[in-house]
Amino acid sequence: MNKLLAEDIYYLMVLGRAFEYAAKEHYLQGEISGFLHLDIGQEAFSVAAVKAFAKGDIFSTYREHVIAIARGIEPGAVMAELFGKSTGISKGKGGSMHLTDLSRFFYGGDAIVGGQIPTAVGCAYARKYQGREDGVMVVFGDGATNGGAFFESLNIASAQKLPLLFLCENNQYAIGTKITRVAPFLHQAKKAEPYMPVYEVDGMDATAVYAVVKEAQSRIQQGHGPIFVEAMTCRYEGHSISDANSYRSAQEMKLCKEKDPIERMKKELLESWMAEPQLLASLEKRAQETVDQAVAFATQSPEPKPEELYTDIFCKECANVVS
Amino acid sequence: MLYREALNRAIDEVMASDESVVVLGEDVGLYGGSYRVTEGLVAKYGEERLIDTPIAELSIVGNAMGMAIGGLRPVAEIMTANFSLLAFDQIINHLAKFRYMSAGKTAIPVVVRFPQGVSRQLAAQHSESYEQMLSAVPGLMVLAVNDVNYAYHALKKAILMDDPVIFIEHELLYNKEGEVDFDADLDPFKARIAKTGEKITIVSYLKMVDDVMEALPEIEEKLNCSCEVIDLCSLNPIDHDTLAESLKKTGRLVVVEEDHKTGGYGTQIVSWAAEELFYALDAPPLRIAGEDVPIPYNRTLELASIPTPDKIAERVIRWGKNNGL
Ligand SMILES: Cc1ncc(C[n+]2csc(CCOP(=O)(O)OP(=O)(O)O)c2C)c(N)n1
Ligand SMILES: [Mg+2]
Repeated sequence: MNKLLAEDIYYLMVLGRAFEYAAKEHYLQGEISGFLHLDIGQEAFSVAAVKAFAKGDIFSTYREHVIAIARGIEPGAVMAELFGKSTGISKGKGGSMHLTDLSRFFYGGDAIVGGQIPTAVGCAYARKYQGREDGVMVVFGDGATNGGAFFESLNIASAQKLPLLFLCENNQYAIGTKITRVAPFLHQAKKAEPYMPVYEVDGMDATAVYAVVKEAQSRIQQGHGPIFVEAMTCRYEGHSISDANSYRSAQEMKLCKEKDPIERMKKELLESWMAEPQLLASLEKRAQETVDQAVAFATQSPEPKPEELYTDIFCKECANVVS
Repeated sequence: MLYREALNRAIDEVMASDESVVVLGEDVGLYGGSYRVTEGLVAKYGEERLIDTPIAELSIVGNAMGMAIGGLRPVAEIMTANFSLLAFDQIINHLAKFRYMSAGKTAIPVVVRFPQGVSRQLAAQHSESYEQMLSAVPGLMVLAVNDVNYAYHALKKAILMDDPVIFIEHELLYNKEGEVDFDADLDPFKARIAKTGEKITIVSYLKMVDDVMEALPEIEEKLNCSCEVIDLCSLNPIDHDTLAESLKKTGRLVVVEEDHKTGGYGTQIVSWAAEELFYALDAPPLRIAGEDVPIPYNRTLELASIPTPDKIAERVIRWGKNNGL
């Protein structure tokens, strides 16, 4: 970590949060629909992990707006996707849960819990085969660690010594079900321990997340096989925008918000990196302007053309072979 | 009473009268179900009978089957059809075949419930319908009920049956209002005549029945004839008697379904009619179904991918005019 990077991470966290609040606002105004899974409260995890895993492939869950933006996808292209517009990163056909950008090695959100994990294993195999050492990072929630896809992947990735970083975002909840009600322990890294080195990190601490993911990637690059990182986080909102979050007490929410990752990073910048308050204020302003521009872009963009209904199912050449 | 309340009431009543009935699934207990079907039941019956499972669909169905072998009567909820795919091995290789493979010795009283279909902009991985696949599996009964009264009675009977029932709901039906006649004795395997008529038999199921009913006034006016609307209720077994009786009267068949046209459930109905009632038909059958595309997020494209009341009316009127009406 250095000061410039810390500023960049701070900027992206503020940008991510402003983006999510804007998405919420425009959902409530009816311009966005479907599922909207907000990442508010978890920005340290999403931004710092992606920044640390600067090169290599990333597979994610549906809670992915901030991850996508941290990977470098234009906020306007993400917002336009949420608006269902043709200028969206998936032409308005994927929506919030399906943002993909091959040029940034980002394969976007999988809306089937755990579904992206075996896919990431396969990609890690390809990267090993090609001798490309950056490896693959797969992001998933605590809820995904109870499924077969997860356990099968631990086994295969470790048996085949694949360059794969398993990154578990443990916010303790799968929708309304607390992890300890459906798993025998709170920390899911335990499940990976027999297979690979595991790291635990405070997911509300961007600097810590950055350091752990950086180290994990460098170990992966040495070719010893997969690594498991578990970050404990806390989401501020309901599971999706239609979830009233009634299963968490006011006290639990208060404790959760006391660890605010953005406040923490700001303090660190001011105290440890001697950042100028005006500089941080200007980053905050720039983040808000970027989000406003993203919304304006999304609003002004055209709808997809009707014929888009039939495109992108096969490639043209493949279709020719078939017909 | 709302559709979801009718389902809730059905589960509640069988749980009250039969201690062997348990419910399992993701968020079915403390959370009350993601579509609120099991709301309030955990307070009444406790966490031992409303089992919150992890996100593990294969295990939900597999565990339900084992519970049934062990003497319980489980109702398994899969959050939506899209995730039922993770349980297809247990459903098809195990649940559907166990009675048969044990030479009829084993009762498997399991209900697997889930909603399906296009809701509102949930995109490709959250909008699918799988009745066509599950109806093609010998050893499974498949119910897909449109009407609130039928929902109550069909679910109650399904839970009390000794064989596996796949109970398919639709995400947009949960808040449908309807009257429930608690004393009625309904056979869930008999089709419901949603409306009687003389000239066209329109067959549908689940939410599409409502879309057909919405399209009906325009169809009847423009074609100047009356239509019979049949709500199948049971997709396997099919109530061929009710269908045959109607088709012999009308001589014209339309099938409306939301799933993709290729391999869609309606092929079942049309091929049966072609084989069995060819000479009773006065016109080639018409199938109205979803496009053969993954479901897009954008609302306009999403609506373009499935039948809507407007499209149903337009297609039936055009077909009717081309076929002597
Ligand atoms: C296979 C599957 N089952 C169920 C669902 C419905 N569902 C969507 S998100 C979710 C909870 C996931 O929780 P977690 O993995 O902890 O991620 P988080 O939402 O906390 O980020 C569930 C049950 C799904 N999408 N896929
Ligand atoms: Mg979680």
